[in-house]
Amino acid sequence: MNGDSSIVLEGRKLNRQFGFGRNRFFAVSDVDFVFRSGEIISIVGESGSGKTTLAKMIMGLLKPTSGEVMFRENPRSLRTKADREEYWKSVQGIFQDPFSSFNQFSKIQTLLLDCINLLKLKLSEEEKMNMMREACGFVNLEFDELYNKYPFELSGGQMQRLMIARIFILKPKVLIADEPTSMIDACSRATILDMFLKLRKQNDMIIVFITHDLGLAYYVSDTIYIMEHGKIVERGNAATILESPVHSYTKRLLADVPKLKEAWDLG
Amino acid sequence: MGQTILTVSELKTFYRTRLKENVHAVDGVSFTLEEGKILGIAGESGCGKSTLALSVMGFYFPPLNFKSGSIVIDGIDIMKLSREDLRTKVLGEEIAYIPQSAMNALNPTKRVGKFIEDILREHRPGLSQEQMQRLAAERFEILNLPTRALTAYPNELSGGMKQRVVIATSTILNPKVLIADEPTSALDVSSQKIAIKLLKSLLAKGFVKSMLFITHELPLLKHVADDVMIMYAGQIVERGRIDEVIFKPMHPYAQALMGSIIVPESDIRGHRLSSIPGAPPNLKNEMKGCRFADRCIHTVDECRKEEIPERARGERTIRCLFDFDYQSEETAHERR
Ligand SMILES: Nc1ncnc2c1ncn2[C@@H]1O[C@H](COP(=O)(O)OP(=O)(O)OP(=O)(O)O)[C@@H](O)[C@H]1O
Ligand SMILES: Nc1ncnc2c1ncn2[C@@H]1O[C@H](COP(=O)(O)OP(=O)(O)OP(=O)(O)O)[C@@H](O)[C@H]1O
Ligand SMILES: [Mg+2]
Ligand SMILES: [Mg+2]
Repeated sequence: MNGDSSIVLEGRKLNRQFGFGRNRFFAVSDVDFVFRSGEIISIVGESGSGKTTLAKMIMGLLKPTSGEVMFRENPRSLRTKADREEYWKSVQGIFQDPFSSFNQFSKIQTLLLDCINLLKLKLSEEEKMNMMREACGFVNLEFDELYNKYPFELSGGQMQRLMIARIFILKPKVLIADEPTSMIDACSRATILDMFLKLRKQNDMIIVFITHDLGLAYYVSDTIYIMEHGKIVERGNAATILESPVHSYTKRLLADVPKLKEAWDLG
Repeated sequence: MGQTILTVSELKTFYRTRLKENVHAVDGVSFTLEEGKILGIAGESGCGKSTLALSVMGFYFPPLNFKSGSIVIDGIDIMKLSREDLRTKVLGEEIAYIPQSAMNALNPTKRVGKFIEDILREHRPGLSQEQMQRLAAERFEILNLPTRALTAYPNELSGGMKQRVVIATSTILNPKVLIADEPTSALDVSSQKIAIKLLKSLLAKGFVKSMLFITHELPLLKHVADDVMIMYAGQIVERGRIDEVIFKPMHPYAQALMGSIIVPESDIRGHRLSSIPGAPPNLKNEMKGCRFADRCIHTVDECRKEEIPERARGERTIRCLFDFDYQSEETAHERR
């Protein structure tokens, strides 16, 4: 990643409040960010710090109370259906709760076919089947085993991998991945990270990991944003932040992660 | 060594799907659990960990079916009990289960104190309303939950608090075995640490006598479990002391798994993680020989010939014909 890659997404003083009057509450306050082509970013913070709210605003699923998102250096517009389709072809997400983000009553192949159809390509049935098989293979799933199954017949991790298989079909420019591997074993996670990194190489995809897993953030990202109570409290180069954190909140997060060699203070 | 509380022998269970296929999710699992111990279970997602947890409870309902094996808790083979005895005397009393994502499945229309009262009313019919409330309040206090939480609705609580409510509720009858299925993977690091501390204190104080802890977070398991079992495609492929298995795994699958752990420690950045090509076997198919053979770098013809038995290697139990040693970290993780 070098400094002069082009800016794809930019956030300017993004705010989001929920509730009114005495219940008014800022889930996200004055967040600025700049995401450059090919960059891997991790947004790290505790539960309730506003990560998902920020992710939804970036994806255009939630309106900011104030502030602006710039897409390819122009203010992002989502007014018309065409605007939205255009934006979502470039910016795609993997959501935190895999079960709630899929229709439980659609079979697995329907879920994948819907993605393929979004691409608006002229494909034969067989080509579509192959595409689904390949996408499942990417995330170590056996398509033939899933065929005709419903989401509730899969394990948590299988479901999460299926969501990731969608990304291999859609190949977006920006991927917002909200806790994408929280239910997956280390080995499958390594495979998936490899695949993400390959996709980044192929089409300079930006990957935004939303996570409380500092290990993951440290391992893959170029840039880290640390979020506390809706605000970014520390940001910068991943290695620098995790090797010499400045903000006390970052230090605490880091101390709370169980590690292999250091003791984990349960006192 | 403590007294053995749970003995599972050659347990085989399967799902009968709508499509009339059998998915052999637990395929010959044996282990014992001793008093005061925490036994971890880790393995590839979809390998059957949650199914094993459900199966060990002994209470089967469609599509899950019992095929063979035994489950003995404190000398009693629970598979020989009537369904009614199982439900009233074993579930919750002897063995309790915290399902994966239980905290997101709490009934949103009930105040959380009611969950505990409902259980007590059924299992301890002699208790007065006051006694039940006192028990609930005591248990909340032990789990560091404010008393006001008793009258809150689930969605008024944070994730970490909800998980503690689940822990309080499932252990209220002081079970001998607590099975916790990914109890902390939906929590952030700080809440995770609190939940672990509290689970351990329940064990130390004797409210639960032993624990099965399912997770894919191996660094966490290292600080929590005494022993660990690594599961692959319905079977246990390695069992041993947690530190030994993490730092010197013997089974090729366990070796790949340990080689892919990520922690924020300075030598991890830039290391190549090990990943395994291909997918785990389809559990619908009858399998012969080693389940990992298709993805293992050491496979020879012998691996596929017949069922691989478990065998002891030192203090370890492994399910592999050969003695492979784990490469030192330097060779295993080549610099990128
Ligand atoms: N639709 C909503 N209405 C009211 N409050 C909300 C809404 N969505 C989120 N919040 C609140 O905003 C805050 C931030 O929530 P958010 O989901 O963004 O956190 P998060 O960092 O993603 O947490 P987690 O790690 O648990 O996923 C929380 O206090 C949450 O309760
Ligand atoms: N209701 C069901 N009907 C049919 N097959 C099922 C059902 N539930 C689970 N399975 C299958 O049984 C196998 C084991 O699933 P299980 O949920 O036990 O895995 P797991 O090890 O807990 O995975 P994870 O780590 O993702 O939670 C999987 O292949 C899964 O697809
Ligand atoms: Mg979130
Ligand atoms: Mg599971």
